[in-house]
Amino acid sequence: MARNREKLILLLDVSPSMHSVLPDVEKLCTLLVGKKLIYGNADEVGVVLFGTEDTKNDLTKEVGGYEHVMVFQDSKVVDEHLLNSLKHLPRGTFPGDFLDAIVVGVDMLIKQYRETYKGRKRICLITDALCPIKDSDVGTKEDQVNTIARQIVSFGLKMENIVVRSNLSGEVNKQIADENDHILNLFSKKSSTKTLYVDSPISLRGALKTRNISPVTIFRGDLELSPKMKIKIWVYKKTAEEKFPTLRKYSDKAPSNDKFATHEVKVDYEYKNIEDPSKVVPPEQRIKGYRYGPQVVPISSAEWEIAKFKPEKGVKLLGFTDATNILRHYYMKDGQQTVVVGVLTPNVSEYDNIPDSFYFNVLPFAEDIREFQFPSFNNFPMLWQPNEKQQEAADILVKMLDLAPSGKPETLLPEFTPNPVLECFYRHLELKSNHPDAAVPPLDETLKKITEPDPALLAENNSVIDALHRQFELKENPKLKKSTRRLQQEKPCGSGEGYVDADVADAQVVNSIESKSSVVKVEEIGDLTPVQDFEAMMSRRDSPDWVSKAMKNMKNKIFDLVENSYEGDNYPKAVELLVALRKGCILEQEPKEFDDFLCYLCKFCREKNLSNFCEFLESKELSLISKSEAIDSDVTDNEVGSIHFRTELKLKE
Amino acid sequence: MELDPDDVFRDEDEDSDNEFYQERESTKEYAVYLVDASPKMFSTTCPAEDQKNETHFHIAVSCIAQLLKTQIINRSYDEVAICFFNTREKKNLQDLSGVFVFNVAERDYLDRPTARFIKEFDRIEESFEKEIGSQYGIVSGSRDNSLYNALWVAQGLLRKGSAKTADKRILLFTNEDDPFGSVRAAAKTDMTRTTLQRAKDAQDLGISIELLPLSQPDEEFNVSLFYADLIGLGGDELALCTPSAGQKLEDMKDQLRKRMFTKRIVRRISFIIANGLSIELNTYALIRPTVPGAITWLDSVTNRPLKTERSFICADTGALVQNPAIRFQPYKGKSIKFSVNELSEIKRVSTGHLRLLGFKPLSCLKDYHNLRPSTFVFPSDKEVIGSTCIFIALHRSMLRLKRFAVAFYGNPSHPQLVALIAQDEIVSAGGQVEPPGMHMIYLPYSDDIRPVEELHTDTNVVPRATDDQVKMAMALMKRIDLKDFSVCQFANPALQRHYAVLQALALEEDELPEITDETVPDEEGMARPGVAKAIEEFKLSVYGDDYCETSEKIVTEASRKRKVAAVNAAKHIGNYNWEDLADNGKLKNLKVTDLKLYLMAHGLSVTGNKEVLMDRILNHMGK
Repeated sequence: MARNREKLILLLDVSPSMHSVLPDVEKLCTLLVGKKLIYGNADEVGVVLFGTEDTKNDLTKEVGGYEHVMVFQDSKVVDEHLLNSLKHLPRGTFPGDFLDAIVVGVDMLIKQYRETYKGRKRICLITDALCPIKDSDVGTKEDQVNTIARQIVSFGLKMENIVVRSNLSGEVNKQIADENDHILNLFSKKSSTKTLYVDSPISLRGALKTRNISPVTIFRGDLELSPKMKIKIWVYKKTAEEKFPTLRKYSDKAPSNDKFATHEVKVDYEYKNIEDPSKVVPPEQRIKGYRYGPQVVPISSAEWEIAKFKPEKGVKLLGFTDATNILRHYYMKDGQQTVVVGVLTPNVSEYDNIPDSFYFNVLPFAEDIREFQFPSFNNFPMLWQPNEKQQEAADILVKMLDLAPSGKPETLLPEFTPNPVLECFYRHLELKSNHPDAAVPPLDETLKKITEPDPALLAENNSVIDALHRQFELKENPKLKKSTRRLQQEKPCGSGEGYVDADVADAQVVNSIESKSSVVKVEEIGDLTPVQDFEAMMSRRDSPDWVSKAMKNMKNKIFDLVENSYEGDNYPKAVELLVALRKGCILEQEPKEFDDFLCYLCKFCREKNLSNFCEFLESKELSLISKSEAIDSDVTDNEVGSIHFRTELKLKE
Repeated sequence: MELDPDDVFRDEDEDSDNEFYQERESTKEYAVYLVDASPKMFSTTCPAEDQKNETHFHIAVSCIAQLLKTQIINRSYDEVAICFFNTREKKNLQDLSGVFVFNVAERDYLDRPTARFIKEFDRIEESFEKEIGSQYGIVSGSRDNSLYNALWVAQGLLRKGSAKTADKRILLFTNEDDPFGSVRAAAKTDMTRTTLQRAKDAQDLGISIELLPLSQPDEEFNVSLFYADLIGLGGDELALCTPSAGQKLEDMKDQLRKRMFTKRIVRRISFIIANGLSIELNTYALIRPTVPGAITWLDSVTNRPLKTERSFICADTGALVQNPAIRFQPYKGKSIKFSVNELSEIKRVSTGHLRLLGFKPLSCLKDYHNLRPSTFVFPSDKEVIGSTCIFIALHRSMLRLKRFAVAFYGNPSHPQLVALIAQDEIVSAGGQVEPPGMHMIYLPYSDDIRPVEELHTDTNVVPRATDDQVKMAMALMKRIDLKDFSVCQFANPALQRHYAVLQALALEEDELPEITDETVPDEEGMARPGVAKAIEEFKLSVYGDDYCETSEKIVTEASRKRKVAAVNAAKHIGNYNWEDLADNGKLKNLKVTDLKLYLMAHGLSVTGNKEVLMDRILNHMGK
């Protein structure tokens, strides 16, 4: 439907202060375009960068000014080229003026689509808004904003500003930030502009909706307070799960040279008599049967149509009750039930220009409740009751492991938290489109903060967690063998328990039930949890051969990763493994194993035109093992510190 | 597993949803209800609401009747036997006196409940005296021991099935706390010993025996006299099962009903609080929508069930494909292939555990932060000793500090961010209303939340209610206050209707039963002068004097389009001879779009799959 086609201009701030979050901006934009390739392949996207060294836009030619604003991609239908270009955004060298960028973006949309296009036209700005806005020759900045806002309104554009403020510390000029916020706020007031402030990479990744759902009413009609008084209402979905995409079944029967093969699989049904399977019954000879105990009661659709419950359409008030009568966990899911009883709770708007509304939540019927009885905590034996000190340790944990500290934005706010599984799927899809055998990519550091506790928050609360460990002791029940089911529970894909920060020592000190119970003898390094496998093999004491086997295995793994990398997609993983190998080699006093391998790897990369891997290593500050780390090393500390691998290699050769 | 095309066409994700909702119970339950029918059960009464007294026998029987009705809807695979003891007549396989197994035709003693069984049991009290009769079976001087016999009969019935795959229970209803009280000392010791041994034998076979004692108004049922030994209760547990004396009938019924359910654990999970500190939790589905049971297709000629066979056919070559394990997603003009294993690896972003991320104040949990019904979690020390202690400590802290926990639940099929809300125990006279524990609320992600409010953004300030209007609204709210509102007080009218129709058809009754829809507003109440006045005043303050009910149909764009489509469709349906197609069962050869033409031309709904569309057309033709 033409109406749903979206014209989107991305305005991306690439000025130096943004560099640290650009990897997340790249991932966000790639995901956005990747999903458009599937669900909105007629959408058009243009990309404008600002804070760039270069200047390239129509306005600078026509009227001058607008420096350091670069039209990176003209607005056009989404394609692979656009997607690839977003994977590596050029880093800018100048402070970015977002107001200039907005003007360029608005100008692009207006010039290209005028009034001829009535569908969605959107501008999305991602900036930290920390660079000063240049003064205008004509009028104040406010006048300028008013003029732009009027254009935005008259051409029916929508604007979404995402302001990233992760490092609000030190050198940030508060005055500039305040002035910029004021300008952004003015846009929100004067036009249909939404401004979101995000403080972390996770929120940034969740701030921009990557799929377009045109909101449609699911009901328009009356809310009947009584037969005498009705209120006209419109009902929308507020929360609806974005499901994991449904993939089609693939058939490989078509000959490989058949270019027009659809590879689709059709499903065919046959209905057979249970007693006599040779008898096939045509579909229209079937009749629906419903179970009632052991009996199956046949009912034709016509009979059912007459007999079934037919409620009157509409929303009717039953009455009011105190909000405390409805506990939160009774909220169900709205489904296709014919009739539901639910609660309306007020949603008071925080904005003057957005009206108040109600949220509707479905409540269970009597049939939906299972009234299981559970023992009262007070009836448990004394041993199970926490003592005063234990209670205190728990209190402190609940208070201190705080995701919504006062004065700071809430972390993991559902509105700003992306779905890690879907991100993983679309990333894998993209990898596979270039490289059909690409392995499932691990969650990146940003997304890992959704599935695992934030290392920074844990570090802050080290003492709190230590106290918890001291107060509570867990023991495996000696009478019970741990069920095999749990032993086999799989490890997550490519992610482990904080092995990047290598808090291994900590994890070993605590009397970990997990580690005790989950020691499965590892004999090989697998693809899922290579680091853990490596560590497990290294620590095996049943034969001295395991160490060398582990190192050999690991080297092969790293080598494979680097060799099979496409545009560096495996590099982070390879580095993770290298870090683990390095640590293992230091522990086992085998520095040469690591140093030689690293040199060999770099040499190989240089020969195979993979030298960007060496650069990547450099950026990760991965060095050879020095003498001070392992006495057997023949690399001195000086050589290690600043010498790059390339020079290092020369030295060796 | 039964295949239903409608089911198969659902996407895989919904399958995991189904799993979530149905949590296919791995075990069957076999239950024998042992009901004491001694004269004491008939002579002791409880005050009921309407001043009429109800006997203990009636309470027990009506609780069972109610349970059977729930069971046939929810857990119809479970099997049940009802067995009276202390009866005049006897009917049981061992031919033991004082025990009568109730049953109906076409049903084993221990079997799934049938429509007829439920119906006859509903009338048991009318025929009880004539058919079965009450007579205390433990008499001084005789060796008869009806309780012993009852346990033996029950154990005999439960011989069916393996204890590994089935949950076997005996539920004993009685108001006699000292069954051998009237027997002389020596014989009493002997009888007690043999009866306890009988019970122990049953328990050794994996049968659990539960006592559902009925207290008398003035005298508490003393479990420790005899039954504590029989059911093997320790000191702490005793307190849990002793009912208080003088309960009201409704409370007693409530308590019995709740205790008759067996708790079913959905999953055992580890809750990782910090590295190296993970406790054991059990999850329970306390709230799940009950839906009409699945459809079984029958041959309309013979009414015999049909087996659906599915085959996969390659669209390119027409060859049969065996269990295709590769999926694909069109992307950038290519078909990107995924193996089923890769897809599940993608979903495995975390371990199958529940991992604590931190805490937030309860006010952060918004009303729309809710994707599906909640799951209840309760600690267990079965495998990890110390779990309960940490859980209780956190539970108390969270309640006191009014905070909830945010955690990541790495369920392999559906990993999700969840909120854990601590719920304090709430107890009323009828027993536990809310169990202590935590409720897991499934949180949405950013892309699951729609900013619909913003659709109605106005560049101007939107109107707000005046103080006066708010005052009127508050007056109205006070007037229409739902007294004693409890969340799940309404029966689902659609479901009730569904099963009422099934029951009538199953018993071949001619008349369809009427069910009352409890969900409709109380019109009488709304018409009360006080309420009517409050509504009138509120209406006046909001709409003013000139409010009139306008129900004129505004022609929306959508309805205009529909009209045009209908006219177009009418032109095209002439292409087919519909009557002919329908008679020869050839409608299925048409495309869905063609079927829709017919429906549109006749102003019928065009929703549903091909099956539904065809049915609708046939209905319309009166075939």
